[in-house]
Amino acid sequence: MELAFLFEKLILVTILFVLTLSIAAYSTWAERKVAAWLQDRVGPNRAGIFGLLQPLADGGKMFFKEEIIPSGSNKWLFIAGPSLALLVSFLGSAVIPFGQNIELFGRVVPLQVTDINVGILYIFGVVSLGVYGIMIGGWASNNKYSLMGAIRGASQNISYEIAMGLCIIALLLVTNTLSFKEIAEQQHSWHWNVIYQPLGFLIFIICAFAETNRVPFDLPECETELIGGYNTEYSAFKMGAYMFAEYINMFVSSAVMAVLYFGGYNYPFMDNVNALLGPTWGPLIGVAVMFIKIIAFIFFFMWVRWTIPRFRYDQLMDLGWKILIPLAIANIVITAIVITVVDKL
Amino acid sequence: MSLFYFVAFLTILFSLLVIFTKNPVYSVLYLIATFFTFTIHYILLNAQFLAVVNFIVYMGAIMVLFLFVLMLMNLNKETEPVKSNLIKIIGVIAGGTLLVTLIGSIHALQTTAASATPNSEIGLVANLGKVLFSEFLLPFELSSLLLLSAMVGAVLLAKKDKRTQNG
Repeated sequence: MELAFLFEKLILVTILFVLTLSIAAYSTWAERKVAAWLQDRVGPNRAGIFGLLQPLADGGKMFFKEEIIPSGSNKWLFIAGPSLALLVSFLGSAVIPFGQNIELFGRVVPLQVTDINVGILYIFGVVSLGVYGIMIGGWASNNKYSLMGAIRGASQNISYEIAMGLCIIALLLVTNTLSFKEIAEQQHSWHWNVIYQPLGFLIFIICAFAETNRVPFDLPECETELIGGYNTEYSAFKMGAYMFAEYINMFVSSAVMAVLYFGGYNYPFMDNVNALLGPTWGPLIGVAVMFIKIIAFIFFFMWVRWTIPRFRYDQLMDLGWKILIPLAIANIVITAIVITVVDKL
Repeated sequence: MSLFYFVAFLTILFSLLVIFTKNPVYSVLYLIATFFTFTIHYILLNAQFLAVVNFIVYMGAIMVLFLFVLMLMNLNKETEPVKSNLIKIIGVIAGGTLLVTLIGSIHALQTTAASATPNSEIGLVANLGKVLFSEFLLPFELSSLLLLSAMVGAVLLAKKDKRTQNG
């Protein structure tokens, strides 16, 4: 029993790891294709059909390029920066439920690596660790542009974490639990949290853009002002690690948003489908639905990137502190009042 | 139990490294590692909520700010001011006094009954919340007022600085 349990988790972790890597790799391809589509170009089309082998070609290129460690840099921290960024980005997906319990070979398998009862706070903690990769790398480069990028990254993450935390508080008032699995189960069929928390979701998604350093909030690597920001001095695979970490963060935050606000693996009339297909194929449809939602969010990230220009730094801070935080607090107050009134009725 | 000793060893090792490293940025990084081992201690005690909050608040927020300030000032080994002997002696006396106080307080504590945790489930979110909002409501609210006053003070300081700059 114990061994079977370990084996089951090992397989699940391996699948999740490979899946995360391949989604991140193909996000780089999709980003170029989406950019090309929005700008009426063709995009990558030389490696394989529709350029589908492009991520492999890019990966190979990154491995074989020369690794340059600047002589004035702090060698160990220079290597630790991208490693930490990549490591931390993988941690988040451990608590995300990708589907209902599924019956495989006579065993009921939960499609979640671990269900800790403080799941949301865990994600929040991992997100707040993400900034260390950027800070350490930027500082260790011994380059003023890198340092500027690193410092921008730190202040931006801390500012937007507050608004994000306040959104989560409002969500907790609705769900009454911190466990991802219970939150996903509560949103059965069409009772998605976005219906009860539209404003909270809006603030959350803006904060997610800021936390993953995506356009319009990619000020840590703002090319026009800072050359390349925190990764100016990086080359070859270390550069690739930072880029990969960004895409993995995007995948994890899309998954978190899908579970917290858009019902995760739930979809309307799922009971009928489950009754029709049985306990193995029914949950698999749920997993497919979950991934459709995640891919839709990733597409949204890319769509915004090629639509909205970058913010100025003071505008970013104004938006975070003077607009999002008061709005999030108002959201908490309104949610609390509505819940109290509804309970009394 | 052996896991506890291993983690405790790491905690002490990292905290010693915090003190003995010359470079302040390294010190902060070792301090982060120390806080991480604290998180593991909390998990071993089944205090999941405390573990995660320690993780978010200390490792995720406070230490980022520490690192932020140190990187902004860009302190290096070369720029570190040479401390005079007087300061070193004062430091030794102050540290020695603290050591005596700590040893005295440990001595005064009756550690005979290896206090068996009254309720091993107390560290879970729901139980902790119930205790905080019933039995310990007053201290809880008072400590939040303390934080609020600190925040008001910080805002006041920041504002004053701006006015002198403009005028």
